[in-house]
Amino acid sequence: MDKREKIIEVENLVKRFGAFVANNNLTFDIYKGEIFGFLGANGAGKTTTIKILCGLLKPTSGKVRVAGVDINKHPEDVKKRIGYMCQFFSMYNDMTVKENFRFYGGIYGLNKKDISDRTNFYLDKLNMKSIENMLLKNIPLGWKQKLAFSVANLHHPDIIFLDEPTSGVDPITRRQFWEMIYEASDNGTTVFVTTHYMDEAEYCERVSIMSEGKIKALGRPRDLNINDVFLKIARNVE
Amino acid sequence: MRTIRYILQKEFIQIFRDKSLLPIIILIPIIELLILSYTATFEIKKVRLIVVDQDHSTESRHLIDRFSGSSFYRYLGQKASYDKAKEAVAKGDADQFIVIEPHFEKKLLNEKKGEIQITTDAINGSAAGLMAAYAISIINNFNKAILIKKLPLHFSGMPIQISSSFWYNPELNYITYMVPGILVLLITIIALFLSSMNIVKEKELGTIEQLNVTPIRKFEFIAGKLIPFWIIAMVDLIIGLLVARFWFGIIIFGNPLLLLFVASVYLVLVLAIGLFISTLTKTMQQSMFISWFVLVIFILMSGLFTPVESMPLWAQQLNMVNPLAYFIKINRMIMLKGATFYDFHKDFFILTGYAVAMLIFSTLKYKKTS
Repeated sequence: MDKREKIIEVENLVKRFGAFVANNNLTFDIYKGEIFGFLGANGAGKTTTIKILCGLLKPTSGKVRVAGVDINKHPEDVKKRIGYMCQFFSMYNDMTVKENFRFYGGIYGLNKKDISDRTNFYLDKLNMKSIENMLLKNIPLGWKQKLAFSVANLHHPDIIFLDEPTSGVDPITRRQFWEMIYEASDNGTTVFVTTHYMDEAEYCERVSIMSEGKIKALGRPRDLNINDVFLKIARNVE
Repeated sequence: MRTIRYILQKEFIQIFRDKSLLPIIILIPIIELLILSYTATFEIKKVRLIVVDQDHSTESRHLIDRFSGSSFYRYLGQKASYDKAKEAVAKGDADQFIVIEPHFEKKLLNEKKGEIQITTDAINGSAAGLMAAYAISIINNFNKAILIKKLPLHFSGMPIQISSSFWYNPELNYITYMVPGILVLLITIIALFLSSMNIVKEKELGTIEQLNVTPIRKFEFIAGKLIPFWIIAMVDLIIGLLVARFWFGIIIFGNPLLLLFVASVYLVLVLAIGLFISTLTKTMQQSMFISWFVLVIFILMSGLFTPVESMPLWAQQLNMVNPLAYFIKINRMIMLKGATFYDFHKDFFILTGYAVAMLIFSTLKYKKTS
């Protein structure tokens, strides 16, 4: 198959919450620099997987290696090398754009010059230089999502995890968002993105389709007939 | 260490930008100190008194004059009968009544033995005790005056001469006694509530996840979270001490720097407890309830309002884990007695050990991975 270097290796991952099995025996690999789409309906277990990969949740069993590190044993070792943007907007609404960038840059250990250079770089690219001193709470959601993506990229991570980054934003912003994802990927960043928009599957290099905690299909979007897979899953659920 | 600086910067931006939090931090302690110090008093002034004078003599009038002339009493006048007086106390119109029996003066002169009856509303037991003591003390003085009048030659004084003095608070001023304790209470409320709510607020907003995926280290995060509230509580304490000095005129007999030093350790303990509460809870509401529950127990057992010595033994032993009890005691010792470090070193070392243990425990309890 793919001869590229594996950056995420997941083997027999199980996560239970009491009797509920959120991740039922997942096995997959992700290669360096690819855009990997994690598709599924709400409640399929996508967020649980992404949280385990980021070291926010402990798996019940199974092996998870991210950037060569066993995430279960050494969750802290991998954190400098990953970026994460979660489903719910999680920058500080009572701080300005610039203050948020400075804070996140600071806790990732960037020096002052890097922080201000990179902040300017991303704000210029987003055409948001003029709002750098605005409080985040006064900025529309779509813009905030783009800012959050830039903040997650600020420390130039090897892998970036995006948990439903485009939910609730308008189609034009979604399009722009995917352009940003492509740009990050071109720079060598691996992108792991979850979504429940089926059309976004076409933008990924490979996708896995999840339902009821299991991976039902995995491969290139053009190889999988996504509509067929969905119909099958939908029938099974019924 | 650079990471801590960035967290501190963020926390202070957020605190100073929160228009409702700033007044809470600065003004409310001052207002509470002023109100509580005046109202939290055990003294009873102006006992409302009714007299049932069945004698109507010169001596009975002299006795009544002694009551109506006392600053502790508000004399409401006479009632015609015992039953009428009883009714007034039952209705809550009076606190105490005195019945002077018929032929009081005659008996006093002939048999050297007049009788009066004192009745006190004892719904509040300790207040009743005080009111009864006031009445007895006035009557004793009256007794003495009669003795001197009747036996001027034989009476050179009581067999035992009592000369009593009150140390550390010579005027028995309750404000002097209460202010140091209330100061401790106020900085405790500020430190406990702010610290326990702050981390939970990040949980509620979801920003904690974004922090937990960063390489931020636990002790950096906790230091960055607690230091701002430590500073705020210390500033509040200094403001409170200035109010105590210049508003209430309380002179701090001990070294104020020693007091601030003990406070700096005490606050670490309170903040660590706040941190612990925040690790147990998921919402600000839960954390408010737990903080309040813990605080009420600490306050009631601390010796702020009631003396620890009169509590049952188990309660006194329970106070071993009550941070407020230690600091109120030390604070009163420094402010009122001018105690030096040696005078309370044992309590201080317990407090320090407690603070370190609690901080380590809470830090271990705080998890970046759930």
